[in-house]
Amino acid sequence: MAVEAARRLSPSTNPPETLWLATTMPAYADRTNAVGMHAALRLPDHVFSADVVGAIRSGLGAMRAALSTAGLAVLSDVRTGLPGSADEARGGDAAVAIQFGRGRDVIAEWLYHESLTVDFLDRWRVPGARNSKTWEERFTVQEYLPITKEVVSRVLQRASLDKPDHVAVLSPDPRTTREMRNWFDHECLSEDLTDKIGFTGTAHLGLALGQILQIAKPGQTILLVQASDGADAILLRTTDQIGNPEATKGPWAGRNQINELDYISFLTWRGLLQREPPRRPEPVGPAAPPAVRNREWKMGLVGSQCQACGRTHAPPQRVCTECHIVDNMLPHPLADKIATVATYTVDHLAHSLSPPVIAAMIDFEGGGRIETEITDADPEAISVGDNVEMTFRRRFTADGVHNYFWKARPVRES
Amino acid sequence: MIVSKSIKDSVAVIGMGCTQFGELWDKSATDLMIEAVQETLGVVPALELNDLDAYWLGTMGSNSGLPLAKALKTGYKPITRVENMCATGSEAFRASCYAVAAGACDVAMAIGVEKLKDSGTSGLVIPDPIRDGTFSEMTAPALYSMIVPAYCKKYGVTEQEMKEVLTRIAWKNHQNGSKNPRAQFKNCPDKDMIAGSPTVAGQLGVLDCSGVADGAAAAIVVSADRASDYCEHPLYVKALSIATGSGQGTMSPEYDFTTFPEVVESARRAYSQAGISQPGDEIDFAEVHDCFTPTELVLMEDLGFSERGSGWRDALAGRFDLDGDLPVNPDGGLKSFGHPIGASGLRMLFEVWLQLSNSAGERQISGVSTALTNNLGGQPGECVSFVGIFGSEPG
Repeated sequence: MAVEAARRLSPSTNPPETLWLATTMPAYADRTNAVGMHAALRLPDHVFSADVVGAIRSGLGAMRAALSTAGLAVLSDVRTGLPGSADEARGGDAAVAIQFGRGRDVIAEWLYHESLTVDFLDRWRVPGARNSKTWEERFTVQEYLPITKEVVSRVLQRASLDKPDHVAVLSPDPRTTREMRNWFDHECLSEDLTDKIGFTGTAHLGLALGQILQIAKPGQTILLVQASDGADAILLRTTDQIGNPEATKGPWAGRNQINELDYISFLTWRGLLQREPPRRPEPVGPAAPPAVRNREWKMGLVGSQCQACGRTHAPPQRVCTECHIVDNMLPHPLADKIATVATYTVDHLAHSLSPPVIAAMIDFEGGGRIETEITDADPEAISVGDNVEMTFRRRFTADGVHNYFWKARPVRES
Repeated sequence: MIVSKSIKDSVAVIGMGCTQFGELWDKSATDLMIEAVQETLGVVPALELNDLDAYWLGTMGSNSGLPLAKALKTGYKPITRVENMCATGSEAFRASCYAVAAGACDVAMAIGVEKLKDSGTSGLVIPDPIRDGTFSEMTAPALYSMIVPAYCKKYGVTEQEMKEVLTRIAWKNHQNGSKNPRAQFKNCPDKDMIAGSPTVAGQLGVLDCSGVADGAAAAIVVSADRASDYCEHPLYVKALSIATGSGQGTMSPEYDFTTFPEVVESARRAYSQAGISQPGDEIDFAEVHDCFTPTELVLMEDLGFSERGSGWRDALAGRFDLDGDLPVNPDGGLKSFGHPIGASGLRMLFEVWLQLSNSAGERQISGVSTALTNNLGGQPGECVSFVGIFGSEPG
């Protein structure tokens, strides 16, 4: 999801100075998860990448870090309540990428951030545990309201502002969120996305901001209020660049694809339901040295193109299939190209978290063919000639190693 | 360009053996090799084990010739283990033929063996090399099932017609296999049962797939001019050809999944070596690599037995039936005889051996003197294809 969100900003053509990944559910501990993202986004090696990991407030942490370094903050989260829990019912998964920068392209200025850090036990999870625990809501709301009120009034005071044009308030605690919404006029309050998507952890602050940036006019003020491990109030003001459609790309821009997901599949994907595997050997995890040798291909989906005859190769080849010339190739990125299904099948025997596997031969526009899995699709609805686009996914996890690579999915409306 | 020089009528097979194929829970690879070698030596009374000068062992289940040496106590004779995916058995045979033709040895043995059913898994399992995790995890039936929508689209065949064709191919091979005491499956499922078998991949049901089997087969090769000293009906080698693809099909949009270019090329070379211009007329019967039913369909066109786009009509019309114009897989094929990888190429040859010496019993085709075997390894788009042509008479 993090890669998917960040790709919309085309960071490979306009690289950030730094990359920050915020999540409460890192794929790895003891290893920087942003490094994998860095590779999948084909960022230059000199771009510093780090994780801001563990808590909902980490999302703001990544934004602060990116703010001071002209960086790209990617807030991506998966919520992990146990079956039947309030967290499961109210949780949502989302990823948001925010590019910070200087100069004329900025669409909103970060004016002031007022913060209070206060220690009390309202929500926590021991590393390794699947679910979070929470103290009683009545306690939590009592602790949050005074400190949040304080940061809001401080930030408005600093800006000598009575009433911001747009306000978003958020907290993992629903009662606190409800109470805070009562402080503001209805017309300036943006929709509470918890009802629509669920509370999305580190990503929620980014989602709230993104939602406002979609509708804000030049010169308007935006107040973001977050109650989580303390209180934060951030005031931003849009510039006259705000209308640029390239600057804000989100599901609000007409991406209305909805794939229904049954609860059994949801539980399986969450790792909460162990299903009977096929009578086949377990997949073997990727090994580090070959993954490094083929890094541009594996992580970035970069093929090669013969400089002599123009033939595209995927995976990249040293010897051209067409003219047989040796070592005369240029890198040829394929991740952003549309492909068409040449032929396909549905494999009922192969290992997958989401059986049956739809597998296809796809041909990229401008050349190149690969054998790939088609995801987020109904096996009945695929046919030869369909257009597909590439998406970066975890194929499986074996021996404690996540195997990331690319899959195809039917082209979504945008 | 001469890709492989013809050794037509230079060498001949003077004895063959083949074990029962199937889920042989009570037999090891060692047992299977001993049985195949014993049977083979049994049909050549003039030879003892010690008279064999060299061996080529085709198997994916070991890394050297040692298992054969240890099983049969072959002393210090040279044994070379060869592997070329599902064409392994044919590759072992090809090496033996060339060794004899070159004069490097007088009597060579090709033996293929596979013990697949100790793994406890469904389908064929090929040990994974250490890799980067980008390779497809697709199973073999899924890979070959990709032929189906491509063929239908190209030739305007409906899904229903295609299902009928594939079912007919499986039904025909089961009919043939039911007449073969060594076959893994001797039952004759009716067409409804085949068409209704549980789906494995795409349009393919379980009964569109070859049997995963244990088994072994062996052949003794000598120079053609000495062949009649050893047996009454030597099998003369007319052509041997292997084509290895460069993976163009899985990388190039030009490949359309309705043909195996490797088969077309290996067949072209084999026909040229054997001096065959009208394969559909000059070949009396063929053993082909029916790993999955759509494979056999496409092979009929690639081997030149059917016009492009008309193989499905020929299959439906019964042209490749045991009593048809050009019988294909009279022994039941991979479908019914079973597919122990390293042994399959030699199993195909075993049927040629039986038919051309008029010893195929209930499934004997009358008046046959020229036969073809086609053994395929890999997947549509990147594979290894073997074509061999054999005759009952020296040239």
